[in-house]
Amino acid sequence: MWMGLSYVCWGISAVLALWMLYDWFKVDTTYSEDMLTSSREGELEAVSEKHRI
Amino acid sequence: MTAAVETGLTTTIHGDRVSLLRVLGPAHVWALGVGIVLVGEFTGWNFSADKGGALAALIVCWIVGLLYTSVAMIDSEVTSTVAAAGGQYAQAKHIVGPLMAFNVALFLVFAYTMLEVSDAILLGDTIVAKAGVEGLTHNSFIAATIVVLAWLNYRGVLMTLNVNFVITAIAYVSIVILFFSVSPWTQGAVLKLNELVTPGNALPYGWIGVIAAFQFGIWYYLGIEGTTQAAEEVRSPARSLPYGTMAGMITLLIAAAMTWYVCASMMPWEYLGITYYPLWDAGKLSGSPLLENLLFIATLLSALASANGCINDAARAWFSLGRDRYLPSWFSAVHPKYRTPYRSILFLLPIALAFAFIADLNQAITFSILSGVLQYTFMSINIMMFRKKWPLGSIRRGYTHPFHPLPAIVLFCLCMVTFFAIFLGFGSQLIAMTVFYFLISLWFHFYRYKFVRRGDQFSMPWPKPQGY
Repeated sequence: MWMGLSYVCWGISAVLALWMLYDWFKVDTTYSEDMLTSSREGELEAVSEKHRI
Repeated sequence: MTAAVETGLTTTIHGDRVSLLRVLGPAHVWALGVGIVLVGEFTGWNFSADKGGALAALIVCWIVGLLYTSVAMIDSEVTSTVAAAGGQYAQAKHIVGPLMAFNVALFLVFAYTMLEVSDAILLGDTIVAKAGVEGLTHNSFIAATIVVLAWLNYRGVLMTLNVNFVITAIAYVSIVILFFSVSPWTQGAVLKLNELVTPGNALPYGWIGVIAAFQFGIWYYLGIEGTTQAAEEVRSPARSLPYGTMAGMITLLIAAAMTWYVCASMMPWEYLGITYYPLWDAGKLSGSPLLENLLFIATLLSALASANGCINDAARAWFSLGRDRYLPSWFSAVHPKYRTPYRSILFLLPIALAFAFIADLNQAITFSILSGVLQYTFMSINIMMFRKKWPLGSIRRGYTHPFHPLPAIVLFCLCMVTFFAIFLGFGSQLIAMTVFYFLISLWFHFYRYKFVRRGDQFSMPWPKPQGY
């Protein structure tokens, strides 16, 4: 049973790793680099924080 | 303002920007912090008994608890103000400066990646020990642990931390069940603390043994500061982060005390200090197959929860470095559908796998602890600078920690003691890591920093610091 579980683990690892690689490729070819890297630190704070004590 | 963009991946993007998703609450913050740490109760803390005896393990439980309470209080104050992914990295960037921030981010990535590696090795070894089958190795279980959890992190932070909440809670409840199953209110039936810890063997190496025990006492709480990495994904950072972090610390202090009491009352310190599975062994020694199996499963779940949280945190720290161009900005990509730092998760995946296959548990743990203590030392200096540059009343704080500067001084002193303890056990690794951080700092200062957009990296809308 344990050896079988070991093979199942290898199988699951391979399938999920391939899925992530596929999704990565799909996303990178669908969207522009500017959009994917458009996240900016502190955007919410810039809107909501007034710092008037 | 909001332009919905439909694509083949069926996603909605607000405007032309995509950012991490704000979906987490205090329970998720608790699950992240306690999830990373709780594995330390199932293995790791007990090696402090080997260094200084059972009583030394208890003394460091409380003293290191003081160190981490200081960490949690200081972290809660600063991060409730600097609510950004990267946690202590973003704090260092705004309060100390870019070179410190770069180093802190590397401390974070090393601490969490090495802890993830240790968790995966522990999980694989635990299954192999349980199976007892000749020819069965831990490699497949290590690979499955790292890849499945990376996939979970890739798919979204909410599900990742929901899973962490459930498995962490099960592991925690198993400690409580064990504690009440062995009649903690009576000695002699199952627990034999008065026979196993006597004035003659309580501190077999004297007080130097207590100092040496600090190195592994860190395991009781290592990683609770990881809650701050969720800062950009919690709905209300100023409320959720202090609540989640402080609740996590209280939870862990209780778990650590229960764990020590049960284990020290069931195993002699000579065995307790070398076993890899103190709680699982306590379950076996209780004589109940139910408890034995429960603690076996809880050991696996605690390792899973820890590795899961570590992948989350290491990826956020790496992502933040990319976003500020401290590393190539390619790493700062956010998945348009799952809203996760998917490239950082994928980049760190093979690194964790490689270390898990070639490094041994002791080396991985030592690198993790060293990076963690370097980070705590920074935090003690950071809070002093933070209070000096932006005194109370100058900016809005979600939480203000009491007794300043006492926690910072206590934290700094205890970090120095821990460095000395690590030097006693792993002096060459300590020197090697210090040299590594020195060289990488030179690279950053003389080469990489020219790529950084200097004005963009300081994002908090704060007033100018006092004295400028």
